[in-house]
This record gives sequence, C-alpha cells and structure tokens, in this order.
Amino acid sequence: MKKTWLLGLVVLHSFLSEAKTYVVNPKGQLKSIQTAISLAHDGDTVRVMAGHYREGNYIIKKSIVLLGENLPVLDAENKYEIFTIVANDVSVIGFRMINTGKASINDISAVNAIQTKRLRVANNQMENTFFGIHLANSTASLIENNTFHSDAEAEHLAGNGIHAWKCDSITIRNNTIRGHRDGIYFEFVTHSHVENNYSHHNMRYGLHFMFSHHDSYVKNTFHNNGAGVAVMYTQDVTMIGNRFEDNWGASSYGLLLKDIRDSHIEGNHFLRNTVGVYMEGSSRCRMEKNVFKDNGWAVKIQANCDENSFQRNSFLSNTFDMATNGSLVLNTVDYNYWDNYQGYDLDKDGIGDVPFHPVSLYSMVVEKMPSSIMLWRSFLVYLLDRSEKVVPSITPESLKDNHPVMKNYDYHF
Amino acid sequence: MITISDLNKHFGRLEVLHSIHARFEAGQSYAVVGPNGSGKTTLIKSILGMVVPDRGTIEVEGKSIINNSAYRKRIGYMPQIGRYPEQMKIGQIISMIRDLRSDETQIDEDLIREFKLDQLKDKRMHTLSGGTRQKVSASLAFLFNPPILILDEPTAGLDPVAVEILKEKIHSEKSKNKLFLITSHIMSDLDELSSHLVYLEDGKMLFNDAIDTLKKETGEIKLGKAVATIMKRNLKATYE
Amino acid sequence: MSKIAKYVLYDIVRSRFILFYTVFLLVVTFSMYSLDTDPGKSTLSLLNIILLVVPLVSVIFTTTHFFNSYEFIELLLSQPVTRRTIFLAEFFSVASALALSFLIGVAFPMLLLAYSEATLFLILSGLLLTLVFVSLAFLASVITRDKAKGIGMALLFWIYFTLIYDGLILYIVYSFSDYPIEKITLLLSSLNPVDLARIVILLKLDLSALMGYTGAFYKSFFGSNLGIIYSFLFLLVWIGAPLLIALRKFARKDI
Repeated sequence: MKKTWLLGLVVLHSFLSEAKTYVVNPKGQLKSIQTAISLAHDGDTVRVMAGHYREGNYIIKKSIVLLGENLPVLDAENKYEIFTIVANDVSVIGFRMINTGKASINDISAVNAIQTKRLRVANNQMENTFFGIHLANSTASLIENNTFHSDAEAEHLAGNGIHAWKCDSITIRNNTIRGHRDGIYFEFVTHSHVENNYSHHNMRYGLHFMFSHHDSYVKNTFHNNGAGVAVMYTQDVTMIGNRFEDNWGASSYGLLLKDIRDSHIEGNHFLRNTVGVYMEGSSRCRMEKNVFKDNGWAVKIQANCDENSFQRNSFLSNTFDMATNGSLVLNTVDYNYWDNYQGYDLDKDGIGDVPFHPVSLYSMVVEKMPSSIMLWRSFLVYLLDRSEKVVPSITPESLKDNHPVMKNYDYHF
Repeated sequence: MITISDLNKHFGRLEVLHSIHARFEAGQSYAVVGPNGSGKTTLIKSILGMVVPDRGTIEVEGKSIINNSAYRKRIGYMPQIGRYPEQMKIGQIISMIRDLRSDETQIDEDLIREFKLDQLKDKRMHTLSGGTRQKVSASLAFLFNPPILILDEPTAGLDPVAVEILKEKIHSEKSKNKLFLITSHIMSDLDELSSHLVYLEDGKMLFNDAIDTLKKETGEIKLGKAVATIMKRNLKATYE
Repeated sequence: MSKIAKYVLYDIVRSRFILFYTVFLLVVTFSMYSLDTDPGKSTLSLLNIILLVVPLVSVIFTTTHFFNSYEFIELLLSQPVTRRTIFLAEFFSVASALALSFLIGVAFPMLLLAYSEATLFLILSGLLLTLVFVSLAFLASVITRDKAKGIGMALLFWIYFTLIYDGLILYIVYSFSDYPIEKITLLLSSLNPVDLARIVILLKLDLSALMGYTGAFYKSFFGSNLGIIYSFLFLLVWIGAPLLIALRKFARKDI
C-alpha cells in the first residue's frame, strides 16, 4: 500500500515536472512537514492538513508554498522559532502557529524572514508567539489577513506583532494585532503601505516607526494601546483615514510625532485620548480634515515645531484644544471648526468674524504646573481664561485661527 | 420660687449685672426699679434664659434653669417691646403658641376677650400699633395661667382703658398666690401693684425689701418719693 | 420640633423667594438642554451653575431668613422650647426648602433629559452643597449680631470657597512647583466642599483632562469607591461641623 502511494507520487512528479504538491497529513503517509519541506523543490507546494504538529523549527531555503488546510497547528512548545525563511518567493498561508520560544537576545518569531524577496504571509493565526512576523532586509513582501495575539504579562516578555527592519516596498493589510509589545514596528522601512489593520491592547505602541520614509498608513485603527502610536525621525509620512482611540494614561498619546517632516495627515479620527496629537521637533506637516473629539488635549505642539499647518480640522468636546510650551508663531492654524468658539458671523459667510485662540491661559498654566489641573472647571479658572481673552498677556497672541468656521465640517469618511 | 445667686453678666466691657443675689417668693409682687440701663431687662431676660449669664445660678421652683426649658411653662412673659413675625396675623400667633403648647389644660383667655383681640385676629402684626402689640403680649403672658408672671413695662403704650383692664387682671391673679416681677417707670402703677421693691443701679442690686419697710425707713407715703430718696442717697454716697 | 418647622416652612413658602428660585433653576436647566445637542456638554454647563449659584443662593437666603426670623425666635424663646429645638427646626426648614427647590428645579429635569451616573453624582453633590452652605450661613448668622454683618460674612464664606481658596491652591502649586506636591493639593482640595464636589463630578463627567500627567494620580484616588466615599463623607462633615458649632454658639447667644 505504502509502496503504491509513493509510486503514485513519483508518477505525479513526472507528470507535473515543474510544480509538485506534497500533502502532509497526520493520518496519511507523509506525517512530517519537515520531511515534506526537504522533499520539495523550488516552486513546489506543501499542503498541510489539519493536525497538531510538534516539529521544532522549519528552515525554508527553497521558494515553496506552505499551505495549511483547516488551520493545522504548528506548536513550538515554547522552545523554538517556527519558520525561518531565507529564500525568495515563499508563501506561508493558513496556519495556526503557537507557543514560540522567548528569548531576550534572539527575536524568536512565528515567521522570521531574513533577506528575502516577495514573501507572502497570509490567513495565519499567531497565538502566544514572542514576535509574530519578523522581517529583516526583506523587500516586496505581503502580510495580510493574519491575527496576532500574545498573552505576555510584562513588556520584556513580549515581542512585536509585525516587526520590520531595513525593508522596502512591503504591504501590511487587514491584520489584527493584540497583546504584543508594539503592534507594528518599523525601523528603516521605506516605500511601504500599511492598510486596514486593527492594532489594539498592545503594551507599548499600536504603531511605532523610526527612520521609515515614504510610507503610507491608511484606514488603520489603533485602539487602547499602552502609549498609543509613536512615530519618529521620519520624513514623507502619509496617514489617511486612521482612527486613534482610547489611549489613556500619564504618557499616552493618540499620535506622537517626534522629528517628523514633510508629512501629510488627513481625515483621521482622534477620539478619547489623553493627548490627541503630540508634536515635537516636527516640521512641514499638513494636518487636514482630522476630527479631534473628547480628548484631554486635542493637540500639544512644542515650540520646536515649525511650518506645520492645521487646516479644516474639527475640534469637538476636548478639554483643551491646543497647548504649547512657548510662544510659538511658526505654525499655521486656519479654517478649523472649534466647538469652543464663541464668536459671531455678522456677514454670514460661514466664517467667524473674530479669530479664535485655541490656547487658553489655563492650558499654559497646566503645562507649567501639572498639579493645577485640580482646578479644572473652577470659577477661578473661568475668570482667568475670560480675562486672558480680553487682554492676552501670556498665551501666544499670534497662534490663532483667523478663519474659524461657524458650522462643523461634514466629512463623509 | 426664684432664687438668684451671684449673677454676673458683661456685654463686652460693660458690666450689666454685678453679683446679684435675690429671692422672689410666691404670692408677692416685686417692682423692679432703676435708672435706664441699670440692668432691669437683662435681669429679666436672664431669668427667662434669653441672656446667658457669665457666672452665677438661677433656680426656678428649686431647679436650675441651665439646660432646662420646661421651667418656662411656669412663666408668663410680657416683653417691653413685643416683636413678632411681621407677616403673621394676631389669630395665627395665638393659635401657633397654643399649638406649640397643646398639652396645656388651663387656658385663660380673659385678656384676649377683654382687649377684644378676636375682632382683630386677621390683622397682620406689621399693621398693628404699639398699644395693640402690648395687648397681644399681655394676652400671651397670661394665656396658660402660669404661677410666675414677668411683665416688662406692661403699661407703656397702652390706652387708659387697657391699662385698667391689665391692672385688674394683675390684681385678680395676685390673689391666686402668684409671683409677679414688674418693671415700670410709672411709680404710681407700681405702688398700686407691688408689695416689694427691687432697686437696681449700675448692675448692682441696692435694695430688695417690702415697700412698707421702705416707706417707713424714708418716711415717705408714696413709692415714687421713697425711691427718689434712695436714689438721692446713692448719689450723695457716690460723690462724697 | 416638627411643629415649629411647620410654621417656619409656612413662612418660607409665603415669602415666594423659594418659588422664584425653583422656577429659575427649572428655566436654566431646561434651556441648557435645549440649547446644546450634546447632553454631556449641557451637564457640564450646569456644573458651573451648581457650583456657583446654588451656594450663593443658599447663603443669601439662609442669612436673610435667619435675621428676618429673629422676632419669631425671640417669641419662641419665652416659651418652654429648647434653643436646640428652635435652631434645628430653622435649619431643617431652610435646608429642606432649598433642597426641594433644587430637586424640582435641577434634579427632576436632569433625570428626565439626561440620566446617567454622572448626573446622579451632580444631583447628589448639588444637594450636599446646598446643605453645606445652609450650614455655613447659619454659622455666619449666629456669630454676627446684625443682618448686614451676617450676610456679609456668609458672602465671604461663599467667595472664599468658590474663588479665594482656589487662588491660594494655585499660589501654593506655583510656589512649590519644583516639588512633588500632588498629595498636598489633593488634601487641600478635599478640604474645600466646592472643590470636592467639582472634582467628584468631573471624574464622572470629564475624565479626559484629569487623565493627564498628574490627573492619573487624582483619578486613582477620587475615582475609586473609597475616594468617592471619602468625598461624600467629607461633604457630610462640611454640613455637620458648621452646624454643630453654630448650634453651640446659638445655645449661648444673648437674644
């Protein structure tokens, strides 16, 4: 029986000389994925039927397709890395990868790709992995429709969900990442596209990147991560239609922009964050048509930022619309809707006749003396802000919206 | 019935009562006399508990008045100037007081009747003349038939008819073995109504004895003259 | 006591002031909710009214009432009624009249239009603040001898707790901004009934600001059940303590 089966395989092989398929089945002839991989050649497919496989680390040196049927479980028994991929054109599809080892020196991962091209990782479930997907020096890769979940209790016990280092032209879309250190982590990643991912309840950042130029982030949701989203030292970032939500805490931000230049941030929602957007050392960023709602501080902008513009945004129910630590004059704020605006529009052109000063005196006081937040909404603070409005003395006079619109924008996202 | 010992009271720096000792007995009527500001009203208010003494004790019917309000059931008080909630009507005030003391059984409405207050019962207090107020005060003082009556300038402001009604009332109640303390500047009234004289000056009680004794001592027939004599005697004593 | 309270209440209702106050609160509350589509924002606007107007009306009404009732108190004092009874009857009548106005004028429309946990806290705090300032105003009335001085002192209490006290806190925060003084500001704020009510409501209503850098610390205290219990107990102390002092003063006051 066994012989006939093998014979069949050989026959099949001779029929399809280019691409062969090896079927791994715990109840079948070929029980080991390792064996199948060693049998396969470039262009072959390894089909893995449902089952629980404990075979340690798979090292992929050939351009093959690994295809799981009904989510076969690859269990690394808390010791190993699952896939180590060093070849181009590899696909890993439809597996459930669990229990990778954890180490502080190696970035042990469910899928670890080193110097590969055109890798595709799709429709997998990563559960209790240290790193989910780790890409180094890889280009033109696609990571889609995966879920990542880690249960680590401390930050040093958790790796990142999707970690990319020195990559180019990768696409990450439709993934869900939960419970990792950073949901998505980029360092030196360029020309890449991140779309429609859901990164939530990660310990540190939902999205974290540095030195990653010319990337775009579209329609992602970053929800309730330890410290929100932090992006640094990068130019030409495009962020459109993302949601930054529920990032609460002493040093938590919807979006932290540190040394970001020439970037475009449009149509995003910043909801219920301690700080919606925190900008530091950033220049020439265009913030347009964003909605800031129910944040403690909608925008905190440090005095070392310049030539940024805030236009046609919508500021709703924020405790403080803007705060700053100096008398900054080098940024543009125009044509926004502020629900705190109390001016009038006599000529009925839809634009308030008096400018709006989004930085209140009290927000400056709180910036210098955080303890004074205790007095929020007291009569004293009301009087202070009122008197400052009449005779501005401390707040930056030039930071104002000269064209505050009277009616909120209706963006139709 | 009322025993006062070593009663002292200051208002700020002013010493209003200085070590007063006195006993007031049932069946007697005491005229409390003295120049303006001598402490008469303060003495009376102390007995009523409206003024809290600095030192000394007051006992009414053998019980200390400190932390005690029940003893005021036994006292009818007619203030010098009756002050009442201005919006209330005469009828409301009387019925309110009766309501507060609904456990009292012996009600004496003689004065209400004789002063014809029932005809005025819908008058609000702020519309009343001083005399009518005094009538209300007097009626309230006698209302519950108390054994002790303290009347502060009872006849001031009353018309002659009312004065006679009130005097008549005092005479008839005296005969029921009641204790009266009456202050007045009208000596003839006191002569008529009192058996004893209490003389106060600068917060000190200089005389407390039967009027007959006083008259004998000074050789005067009228109380007014007798009082004037002791006042002069005192003046002399001060200047000598 | 209930008999006396009955007459005091009758007198209060007759004066019509309490009716105006109730109508005023009703109008303000309803208009706040009809002006703004976001009930959360309306509730916040009402917070300012509750923190300012309710204490102000409470102190002015109480002191005026007390001095207008002087004759009544005098009359009662010649009757076999204890001073304690008279005083407590006055307190409960005034307090319940103002509290009832607040319930009808603010609580009723709020529960109707914007029921939430935060609204409940707002209502409870408003009620307690009413009682706190009635109590403080009685103290002011008892320790002064005439109406002008009494109202003056009551107003001083009001302006002190709504404005001056916060100014002092701000000054302390400013002077010691180099030191970790979160705990001290927390303690200081909790010593002021108006601040206490404000913070408790804000923690339910407007978390965002308080969740900032130091806010997290306050939140961890005031946001916990223990903190809420502490706050309400403290407000009760603010009702009880001035009332007790006033009662003692009144027991020894010369009428």
